[in-house]
Amino acid sequence: MAGSTPALLTADARAAREGLAPQISPALDAWRRFRRHRLAVVSAVILLAMTLAVAFGPALWPVEINDIDFTARLQPPTPAHPLGTDDLGQDLLARMLYGGRISLAVGLAAMVVSLIVGTLVGAVAGISRGSIDAALMWLTDLFLSLPQLPLLLVIIYLFRDVLKAVVGPEGGVFILVVAVIGGFRWMPVARLVRAQFLSLREKEFVEAARALGASTTRQVMRHILPNALGPVIVAGTINVADAIIAESTLSFLGLGFPPDIPTWGRLLFDAKDYLDIAPHWALFAGAAIFLAVLTINFVGDGLRDVLDPRRVM
Amino acid sequence: MGRYLLRRLLIAVPSLIGISIVLFTVLALAPGDPFGELATNPAVPPEVRAALRAQFGMDDPVLERYFHWLVAMLRGDWGFSFVSRVDVDRLIWQRLPATLFVIGSSQILALLIALPVGVYAATRPYSLFDQIANTFAFIGFSLPTFFTGLLFILLFSIDLGWLPFVYRSDLSATGFSWWWEEFRQAIMPVAVLGMFQGASWTRYVRSAVLDVIRLDYVVTARAKGLREGKVVLKHVVRNALIPVVTLVALQMPTIFGGAIVTEQIFRVPGIGSLLISSILANDTPVIMAVTFVFACLVILFNLIADVLYGWLDPRIAYR
Repeated sequence: MAGSTPALLTADARAAREGLAPQISPALDAWRRFRRHRLAVVSAVILLAMTLAVAFGPALWPVEINDIDFTARLQPPTPAHPLGTDDLGQDLLARMLYGGRISLAVGLAAMVVSLIVGTLVGAVAGISRGSIDAALMWLTDLFLSLPQLPLLLVIIYLFRDVLKAVVGPEGGVFILVVAVIGGFRWMPVARLVRAQFLSLREKEFVEAARALGASTTRQVMRHILPNALGPVIVAGTINVADAIIAESTLSFLGLGFPPDIPTWGRLLFDAKDYLDIAPHWALFAGAAIFLAVLTINFVGDGLRDVLDPRRVM
Repeated sequence: MGRYLLRRLLIAVPSLIGISIVLFTVLALAPGDPFGELATNPAVPPEVRAALRAQFGMDDPVLERYFHWLVAMLRGDWGFSFVSRVDVDRLIWQRLPATLFVIGSSQILALLIALPVGVYAATRPYSLFDQIANTFAFIGFSLPTFFTGLLFILLFSIDLGWLPFVYRSDLSATGFSWWWEEFRQAIMPVAVLGMFQGASWTRYVRSAVLDVIRLDYVVTARAKGLREGKVVLKHVVRNALIPVVTLVALQMPTIFGGAIVTEQIFRVPGIGSLLISSILANDTPVIMAVTFVFACLVILFNLIADVLYGWLDPRIAYR
C-alpha cells in the first residue's frame, strides 16, 4: 500500500535512532516493544496483583465466605469488613477473593479450550486444500452466525442437571460453562490460524523442509505452527476477557454457578436488588469484573504490538 | 442488484438449515424428555401433553423428527406456552417490537458515536484526541453491559431520580406525554447498549479509515482541489465502511446477547427477557422458539449487511 500510515509507531523509529545497536535477543526485543505501551505495562501489573490476590488472598484473609452475621447486614466498608457485607452479613472481601478465583479460572480454561479447538480446525483447514477446507470454513461461518448467548443459556438449561449428578454441582457447572463458552469462541482463532497457514505453507523455508522430505506433520509442528502463533496468542488474550464477561453474564442472569458460589457475576446478581441501600456491594463486584477485563484487553493490545505489529483493530 | 440479492438469499438458506440442525441437535441430545416436566405437572391435562408429543413427533426416527420440527418452526407453529397459557407465536409477536426498537435505536446511537469519532481520530492519528478516544473506546467495551446498566440505574434513577428504571409497555399517558414517557424510559437501555457497541465500532472505523486515507486515489482527490470534508466523506469513508460493515455483521450475535442482558436489567418486555423468564420457568417451547427467532434475526441482519455491501461497492454486486 503506497504511503499508507503505519499502523503503529513501533520499533522501527527507535531502532533507527539507536543506530548500530548491539545484538539483542528476541525476548529482550519483545519486552522493549511491550514496554513502550505504557497502559499495557500498568495493566499487566494490576492484573498480576489481582491474580496474586485471588490466589493467596483467601489464605491471608481467613474469613469464611458463608459466615452469616445478622448484626452486620448490608454494612458499608468498615475496618472489620474492608469491602462491607451483604444482606446476610457475609464478608464481601472474602467472597470477592473466592469468586475471583472462579471467574479468572473460567476465563483461562475457556481460552485454552477455544485455542485448542480453533488451532486444530484452522490448521487442518489451512494445510488441506479443497473440500475439507471448504467444509471446515463453512462450519466456522455457521458458528459465527449462531446466536451465542441464547444458545449458551439453552445448553446450560438442558444439560446442567445431568452434569451436576455426574461430577457434583460445582465441578459440573464449571466444566459445562468452560466447554460452552470455549466452544463459542474458537472461530476467530480458526480463521486466523488458517490465514497464517495459507501464507506460511508457500514460504521458502517450508518448501525447503518439504524438499528435504519432511512429513506433513513435521512441516506443521516444526515449521508452520510456531510461526503462526503470534496472532493466536493475541486472540487468546482477548478470549480470556470475553470468557470472563460471558461467565459473569450467565451468573448475572442467575443461570451460571449455583447461588452458594459467589462468582463476581453472581455477586452483582445478588446485589442488584439492594442498589438503593447498599450500592457498595454491586460497585465492588462490578469494578472487579471491569478492571479484570480492561487490563486483559490492554495487555492483549500490548502483546499485539509485540507479536503482530501489522494489525490495528 | 436483483440477481445479487437473490444469490445472497439462496446462500442464507443453508446457514438457516445449519442453525436449525444445531438447535435440533441440542434439543435431541438433551438428557431426558423435554416434556417430562409435564407428566408431573397437574396443571397440564394429559391430552395437551399427548398433542404436544404428537406435534413434536417424539416417537419417530430422528431424521423424520427433524423435518417435522423444521416444518413446524418455519410455519410459525411453535406450540403452546406452559406458563402463559397462550400460543408461543402470539407471545413472541407481542414481545418482538420492544426488542427491535431497543436494538435498532441503540445501533443508530452506536453509529452516531462511532462514525464521527472514528473518522476524526483517524484523520489525526496519534494526536491527543486519538489517544483519548482510544482509551475511552477500551473502557467502553471493557465495561460489561450489566454493570453499566446498574451504574446508570444507581446514578440516574436512584441518586438523581431523573429516569424511570422499569420499562413499561402499558403507559397510561396519551398524546405528547406518551411519547415523552416512552422516550424517557428508553434512554437508559438504548444508551447502555449503544455505548458498548459504539466503543468497539469506533476502533473498527478508525483502523479502516487509516487503511484508506493515504491511498493514491485520496491524494488525487485532494490534488483536484476538492474540499477536505468532501474528500473524507465521499472518498474515504465510503470505502472504509466496507470492512466495517463486515465486522458489524459478525458482531450481530454479540449485540443480541447484550440486548438480552439489557432487557433483563431494565425489565424491557422484549423477547430477551421472555427467554430468561421461560428458562427460569422451564417453559421449553418458548425457549426453543425464542432461540430460533434470534437465529433468524442474525441471518436477517447478515442479509441487510449484504445489501449494504452492494450499495457501498457496486463491484461486489456485479461479480
